[in-house]
Amino acid sequence: MALQGCEETLSVVHPAGPAASAIASLWRVLLIGATLIFGFVAGLIAWGWRRPPGAVNERGFVIGLGFVFPVVVLLALLAYGLVIGERLLPRAAPEVVRVAAEGRQWAWRFSYEDAPERETENLLHIPAGRPVDVAITSVDVIHSFWVPRLAGKLDAVPGHVNTLRIEAYEPGRFAGLGAEFNGRGYRAHRFEVVAHEEAAWQAFLRGETP
Amino acid sequence: MSSLKRHRALSRIWASDPGWKGWFTTVNHTDLGRMFLTVAVFFFVVGGVLAMLIRAQLATPRSAFLGPEHYNQVFTMHGTIMMFLFAIPVFEGFAVYLLPKLLGSRDLAFPRLTAYGFWCYVFGGSMMIFSLLWGIAPDSGWFMYPPLSSTLGAPGINSDFWLIGITFVEISAIAAAVEITVTVLRYRAPGMSLSKMPIFAWYALVTAVMILTGFPPLILGSILLELERAFDMPFFQAAAGGDALLWQHLFWLFGHPEVYIIFLPAAGAISTILPVMARTGLLGYGWIVAAAVALGVLSFGLWVHHMFTTGIPHLGLAFFSAASTLVAVPTAVQLFIWIGTLAKGAPRLHLPMLWLLAFFATFVIGGLTGVMVAIVPFDWQVHDTYFIVAHLHYVLIGGFVFPMLAALYYWLPHFTGRKTYFNLGPTAFWLVVIGFHGTFLLLHWAGLLGMRRRIDSFEPGQGWEAINLIASVSSFVMAIGFALIAIDVIVSVLASVRGSRDPWGGSTLDWAMPTPPAAYNFASLPEVSARDPLWADPDLPAKIARGEGYLGDWARDRRETLTVEVTTGAPRYVVVFPANTGFPMAMSAVTGLFFLGLLTKAYWLVPLALIGVVAMALYWVWGLLPRRGEGAVPVGRGLSLVTAAEVADPPGWWGSLFLLLANGTFFGSLLFGYSFYWTIAPNWPPPAYAELSLVGWALLALGVVLALLGTRGGAGAGHALAVLGTLAIAAVGARVLWLVPDPTVHAYDATVWVLVGYGILHQGIAALMNGVIVARGIAGHGAETWQGPARIARLWTDYGGITAVLAYGAAVLPGALS
Repeated sequence: MALQGCEETLSVVHPAGPAASAIASLWRVLLIGATLIFGFVAGLIAWGWRRPPGAVNERGFVIGLGFVFPVVVLLALLAYGLVIGERLLPRAAPEVVRVAAEGRQWAWRFSYEDAPERETENLLHIPAGRPVDVAITSVDVIHSFWVPRLAGKLDAVPGHVNTLRIEAYEPGRFAGLGAEFNGRGYRAHRFEVVAHEEAAWQAFLRGETP
Repeated sequence: MSSLKRHRALSRIWASDPGWKGWFTTVNHTDLGRMFLTVAVFFFVVGGVLAMLIRAQLATPRSAFLGPEHYNQVFTMHGTIMMFLFAIPVFEGFAVYLLPKLLGSRDLAFPRLTAYGFWCYVFGGSMMIFSLLWGIAPDSGWFMYPPLSSTLGAPGINSDFWLIGITFVEISAIAAAVEITVTVLRYRAPGMSLSKMPIFAWYALVTAVMILTGFPPLILGSILLELERAFDMPFFQAAAGGDALLWQHLFWLFGHPEVYIIFLPAAGAISTILPVMARTGLLGYGWIVAAAVALGVLSFGLWVHHMFTTGIPHLGLAFFSAASTLVAVPTAVQLFIWIGTLAKGAPRLHLPMLWLLAFFATFVIGGLTGVMVAIVPFDWQVHDTYFIVAHLHYVLIGGFVFPMLAALYYWLPHFTGRKTYFNLGPTAFWLVVIGFHGTFLLLHWAGLLGMRRRIDSFEPGQGWEAINLIASVSSFVMAIGFALIAIDVIVSVLASVRGSRDPWGGSTLDWAMPTPPAAYNFASLPEVSARDPLWADPDLPAKIARGEGYLGDWARDRRETLTVEVTTGAPRYVVVFPANTGFPMAMSAVTGLFFLGLLTKAYWLVPLALIGVVAMALYWVWGLLPRRGEGAVPVGRGLSLVTAAEVADPPGWWGSLFLLLANGTFFGSLLFGYSFYWTIAPNWPPPAYAELSLVGWALLALGVVLALLGTRGGAGAGHALAVLGTLAIAAVGARVLWLVPDPTVHAYDATVWVLVGYGILHQGIAALMNGVIVARGIAGHGAETWQGPARIARLWTDYGGITAVLAYGAAVLPGALS
């Protein structure tokens, strides 16, 4: 784990958890599909340019290419996106761990349902291999909680609590970011997630590790 | 001989004042269109320089070139200037310059309003430039999310420049939109039915209506945020019942239509230029119109896709995700129609066509990445990263700047009457296009590698260094390309040889006049019988010049044009336009004092400026009002028509109708915000409500009855009763405010103040208008001229009465129900 390449610590395309993995494969589908469509449109323009002048099939262009083609592609894509979106929802499950993240200019404070007396600053402890629901809020301006290798981002809005499901496959350390512009300290508005194996997690909850 | 005599006579009547004075007193759309475009290009240069500062800062990691306090101003102002001071004004400039020429009219519907809007743009834009030069520019990002942009995150004056300066500039957008709507609907050549309109006019109409319905939510948001900043009314503070998310809804309710407000005029230019380049008619005219309208409508249903990460429930996300992908369908219809038109014709690779090909390559990529970010889970990862930065530049530069450069090169011979030296053009083209893709293509990847937008510098070791260096170098290549285009245009304006009237073989009426165009556009107004009038009748320009159309006779020695029936294009009445005047500029300067008073917190100046604006508006209106009718006057080709003075639906009535559309959207956004508080915001319901007594309700009912019936009597006395009615409604409003004396307690109290204040303001407007009608009766204006102005007053009185009942009702209903 520690030997992991530095360039991948914030990378969406080097997932280390189920949510980020689902989105990374979604990205691959999107990239391939977009490349094919771009090639098709470019080819069509080249064909249209070289074609000798003369009437064209108006319905073919408007109905066939303008309506049917995008509708079919988009419906398939929407369905795929919805299925993935459903899988990422913070659904109730027995093994879910609940933590809270409170954003402020320019730090994050984390607390733990299973260890109410524990509070950590800019370092979020989670168990590896278990779903974790992060209840996100803010005490000042709007922030956004983002651990690129684990899951997508969710905003910290004053007066609201948003819940994000994250999970790490393996124990390790993962870089986290405040991902909503929040003023002069924005660049350094970062944190770290450490995913423990079960024993270390229990030790953390008991307050045996810092 | 006769043609030359007509040219001289019409030129004398329509000419702007000579010399430098002409710049300040012109109300001519050709002048003002050029002035809009010139100032917009100036702002493009400023925004471009800011972009170069950004790329210089990000060229290498850990750059010490700009600190965050400056960098935040630079990127905020880059976005703000490009959106509000470049893109929208470029559309306004093109539309102001072109529309009357495409439609076969001699000017826009409200020439002095064009000038007023232009000067509001210049003065408001100057405020923004001032803030930049003094280093106190807005620094919360161009979408100004509170609480960061409010007193909590930005206690200085920076945000106030944005909220006040941009609202000032938006007067020009609303003015231009009203003007464009009325012009397209009524100011066309006789015979030009809706189905024979040039396609650009359809796009301009859709765009203008979108401005009227898209900008009001932002204007409302800006007013609310400024009220919070200046007077501590807690609209966006959760602890006092406000909600920061309301701003995001209002902003993107504007912001997403805004993207299409920028794209549609470009699509209109493409639909005009591409068929001419392909030497054929546009494929599927009706489909294109339907697609443009559909795009306009759909674009209002997908603002939430900018807010996928704010914690919207999943079902809502699914709806907005579907709507966001759906918008790709009308875009695809247009795209494939353009390709079909190329296939149908025999395209020529002139410079405008070259830019259109760059548009295709770039915009298709931007559209595809747009579909990607409409898929919610993917957006959760790339939102607020450089993937979005790259996507939006592909859409805006590919979808707007490239088509606008095609339009620039297409109409440059029209602007100047000269042939362009194309030797610099292709070089500039390649520099810009290669520079653009070099800058932004790889930035998608930087976003996927976790590079957040708006960071002021970055640490090495994330794989971002090479991407950013390539982007920065390429951006300077692009900048050199833009500089070459500027040189190319300046050389063409100053030093090229005179060209032919219609160098491209265009089909629209703009090429039926000598270039550069005369101040009166058309020596006589043509009768139009085909969608491509110049292709249907190549002799049309000569016929126009010979005075064979309408209004070729100048005996009445004043500026005249014709209006037509909306759908059929049958001629309806003659409009007499005002002469040159410095009044619009003076009035926009006084309007500027109002905004300046708010900005500098010199609140004594605000009511003074307001009184000044009202006094000037009354003076303007009084001068506009007809004293006597003149009956039907001959307009040529054996036809006689009355003037606007004697009709029931004068241009002012149509203008009021569309201004009220914008106004109604503003009010609707306010009610939306109020219901948003009730359903979503934390810390609701409020601790206490206002309740209106039975006497209050009775007085309100009496006032509404007096106001609404008074304007229907057809006599001066009725309008006097209407004044009394509006005063009664205003008094009830004052009573409601008395019941919630402190608007800083809770968002409820603050909202009641805005709702009721809105109601009272509109009673003031209605009272003034009815007062003017009463004064006309006393001054003895002719009875034949009574109808139009009275109907305008009635429209505003009705609107004021209905919205007051809704506003007061919304304010006191919770109290009545509890």
